[in-house]
Amino acid sequence: VKEGLSGRYAIVGVGESDVGRRLGRTDLALHLEAATRALADAGIEKKSIDGLMTRPTMAEPQFNYSASLAARLGIQPTYITDVAMSGASSVAMVLNAVAALEAGFCTAVLCINGDVQTRDGRSRGGLTSIVEDFEKPFGMLGAPVTYGLPARRHMHEYGTTSRQFGEVAVACRMHASLNPNAVYRTPITIDDHQRSRMVVDPFRLLDICPRTDGAGAVIVTSAERARELAQAPVYLLGLGEFNTHADVQYAPSMTSVAMRRASERAYAMAKLHPRDIDVAELYDCFTSVVISTLEDYGFCAKGEGGSFVENGRIRLGGELPVNTGGGLLSQAHASGFLHITEAATQMRGQAGDRQVIGAETAIVSGQCGALGINACMIIGKHAN
Amino acid sequence: LIARPVMPAPNADTAPFWDGCKQGVFLLQRCSVCTTFRHPPSPICPECLSAENEWLQATGLGTVYTFVIVREALRRGWEELVPYVVAVIDLDEGPKFVTNVVNIEPDLVTIGMRGKIVFPPMDDSSMLPLFAP
Repeated sequence: VKEGLSGRYAIVGVGESDVGRRLGRTDLALHLEAATRALADAGIEKKSIDGLMTRPTMAEPQFNYSASLAARLGIQPTYITDVAMSGASSVAMVLNAVAALEAGFCTAVLCINGDVQTRDGRSRGGLTSIVEDFEKPFGMLGAPVTYGLPARRHMHEYGTTSRQFGEVAVACRMHASLNPNAVYRTPITIDDHQRSRMVVDPFRLLDICPRTDGAGAVIVTSAERARELAQAPVYLLGLGEFNTHADVQYAPSMTSVAMRRASERAYAMAKLHPRDIDVAELYDCFTSVVISTLEDYGFCAKGEGGSFVENGRIRLGGELPVNTGGGLLSQAHASGFLHITEAATQMRGQAGDRQVIGAETAIVSGQCGALGINACMIIGKHAN
Repeated sequence: LIARPVMPAPNADTAPFWDGCKQGVFLLQRCSVCTTFRHPPSPICPECLSAENEWLQATGLGTVYTFVIVREALRRGWEELVPYVVAVIDLDEGPKFVTNVVNIEPDLVTIGMRGKIVFPPMDDSSMLPLFAP
């Protein structure tokens, strides 16, 4: 452990919820009670909390639970994590809080854990939540609906078109056709995109990333050690995260979202600007997400993402090649991890037919929560 | 209307809302301290963190903020319901609310369209708050 870490950080607020058996209260209610008591105990304003860690409970497990708790507390943290380590999660939260504080990803972390273990009747089980009760009965059933809502809003506010969505699909497929480790390798045209059937209007079939199997992994170590190993190091230059919302339907804005401040933090750390970036690997569960990300990552003004992707600008040979491995749309899903492996491969100059000549910097977007949760990374061939 | 394959499972936080629906009443939760309306229901106010709250009958009036048209069943059991509109409604009280726009052809729905929460008869007599222009 780093010299000087001992004694550098401190617990400043403690809160316990009421405890008991068959309290008849929800996990969420207990979490928020403990959290608000810790805030009051510390005498700290909630707006000072820029880190949040928690664990989704067994009885009411929920995607992106830490983001959901942040929304209930009315805060927008720069660092969140769901620590799913069962009994070790409580201490592990504090350990991870210190790592995040030391790195400077946040300055005050709220750690929350605990659950309702006794209740009358069966627990809900499965991956459900109170939020889903306000979605599923209305047929809000999965990502095409969740992401379709901000996509339509983007079209309404800025005149973005389905053909422009299609440009993203075509670029990803072109790049996948040059990637031997991609699932969908047959090139497509804008007309193919326009002829593909409307599944969840405004999304056509070719706007939606297919279900695929796949995984990725990387090993991270110090720059000194990296230089002694087999491959040329790919340096981590910038990292930034931001969280604006857990559920897009309740977001203050659907078009100015988490990516903007996540990327600002990454650019600041890297001391680089959008014009310095050679390759972009942008989370593309849907074509529209790439357009929003290009805007928020500063490659064009807000609202101009649709025209930015036209005329081959994001294809290999264009001004900013995007998703050079094919992305989620054409390579494989893997929760976006293959954006990292592809970006690193590009930095090493090992991307074969799809190598971006002379590429020395790459930006990678990790995204979820329908544009509400974003982690941004900038890597480079050279250390700054 | 065709009944939904999935219905809410109310808990201690959400029961007042769904109990209201059973009576055909559209209730919203409001902070008793700072008087901010909130949705979805939550034990504390996201503005001032107070746990004091009350349930008030809302006007049900609102504006379509955005929407999608689901043209293919995304889960088993929804085949007879497509095409249907999932919309985010900007309620006049402030919060946003997800529901279906009914009593109109899906292709005629537009952003900015005004309407009101209604409880149309469902063929299993359940009560869901839907939005009609």
